Amino acid sequence: MIQTRIVMSSDEIRSALSRLAHEVVEGNQGEGSSLLLLGIRTRGLPLAERIAANILKFEGLATPVGALDIALYRDDVLSRGPTLPHVTNVPTSVDNRTIVLVDDVIFTGRSIRAAMDAVMDLGRPRRVQLAVLVDRGHRELPIRADYVGKNLPSALSEKIIVHLTEVDGADEVLLSEIPSSVHSGNGIEGVSDRAK
Amino acid sequence: MLNDMDQHDSSTVIETKRMNPTCPDNQRSHVLDLDDFRTEEINALFDSARAMLEVLERGVKKVPTLRGKTVFTLFYEPSTRTRISFETAGKLLSADVINISESTSSVGKGESFLDTVLTLQATQADVLVVRHPHSGAPYFASRNLNRTSVINAGDGTHAHPTQALLDLFTIEQRLGSIQGKRVVIVGDIAHSRVARSNLWGLVHLGAHVVLSGPSTLMPWDLLEGREKRPGHPFADVEVEMNLDKAISEADVVMALRLQRERQDFGLLPSLREYARLWQVDASRLSRAKNSALLMHPGPMNEGIEVSPEAAHGAQSKIEEQVTNGVAIRMALLLAITPRLEG
Repeated sequence: MIQTRIVMSSDEIRSALSRLAHEVVEGNQGEGSSLLLLGIRTRGLPLAERIAANILKFEGLATPVGALDIALYRDDVLSRGPTLPHVTNVPTSVDNRTIVLVDDVIFTGRSIRAAMDAVMDLGRPRRVQLAVLVDRGHRELPIRADYVGKNLPSALSEKIIVHLTEVDGADEVLLSEIPSSVHSGNGIEGVSDRAK
Repeated sequence: MLNDMDQHDSSTVIETKRMNPTCPDNQRSHVLDLDDFRTEEINALFDSARAMLEVLERGVKKVPTLRGKTVFTLFYEPSTRTRISFETAGKLLSADVINISESTSSVGKGESFLDTVLTLQATQADVLVVRHPHSGAPYFASRNLNRTSVINAGDGTHAHPTQALLDLFTIEQRLGSIQGKRVVIVGDIAHSRVARSNLWGLVHLGAHVVLSGPSTLMPWDLLEGREKRPGHPFADVEVEMNLDKAISEADVVMALRLQRERQDFGLLPSLREYARLWQVDASRLSRAKNSALLMHPGPMNEGIEVSPEAAHGAQSKIEEQVTNGVAIRMALLLAITPRLEG
């Protein structure tokens, strides 16, 4: 039996994204004009757009947003079967910019490793930071997020599912207990494009 | 080589296992023709190819995706664009690409086609891109390999699926969709593996296909029985020998190379007559829609199947086809390379 409960409501997501926007600005005092938010497809992109909208609202600062697709950089492309690549669309050169990578969940850190490689292939940013909605722990690489919406310590047998209005029609973060016999790693409908 | 092929009845070609059931999601293990491609599979390839176009536009155009994979191109017929396109595609994805032509292999020493492909598999080749003058040769290779994927890069007069995919992708990119579009294929369709693969792809994606050319060069073998047999895949394909009529209101005009090397059988009275009746020129092209695309798989015989003005005019997408070809082959290499061990 699969038990699912809401761990972040749409209000909590909204306030977390407000706070993230403030923190991103504070963390980059005086460098506002060099900021570039890169949302990691799929759900990092709408999150990056919302953070940029918040920065515009709070600070009057227009921050460019790009979409980063990491399918071509994953370390499990050949073992897990292909993840269909989508278009990487970065509106401006990354050279000498402060890049803030945005993703929905940080888990093993492997997606972020792939995202950093993807960014480096586009140019030479001045620095790269990471903002995530949820940190669920279980890192397998020495990577941490600079800005975290919510820390959600979780068991490996649990699944964190992020739903966003732009992609899934509603804002919510769910935690799902998956019996090991059902756990398949990926391919369960409604789950974020990567097993998280 | 010939003996290898002759031992296999041509009907077994159809039974070739093209999907590997042991792979996740029924992953395709070989690309032999477009007849067994589902619409969703083609659309997924287009999405992937769009991502590859972005990689092609980068200052440093290389991604690490297929690092440590080996792609062999094995060409028994001359080719520049297809081979170079595959080589570029493999290298941009960081695969190691090794080119073998008839003159640089042991084929000259009498090695059979079967032994050659088995040898390549034994070197741990992941993908084998095969062009062969005999129809069915890539099918034969795929039946005898269990660890190496085969991509058909043109077999005799039978199929050239990657060219057809890049043609379809070019139409999709330019016109937004293929469904319902009037696509006129002009010329030597009977001998054209490009046209034959395009026919399958265009029909899968819902195009209205019109074939135009001399009756002696129509693919009657594919069209046979379509009046009588319900559900015939080419039931809705139109044959209109008058090019002026066929091209009228077309969305896409595909000219084909007149294969002069295959015309020694009295199929055409003269090249001059052929050019007069079926050359795609500026005035004929003006009968098509203003937005119509002119395509050609190359190499072109300018002045025979297409006039120089048309070939280099604003509607010509011939160079764009080449760029799209690299992107679609990158997408294909990525789609078929990942495989389970064993």
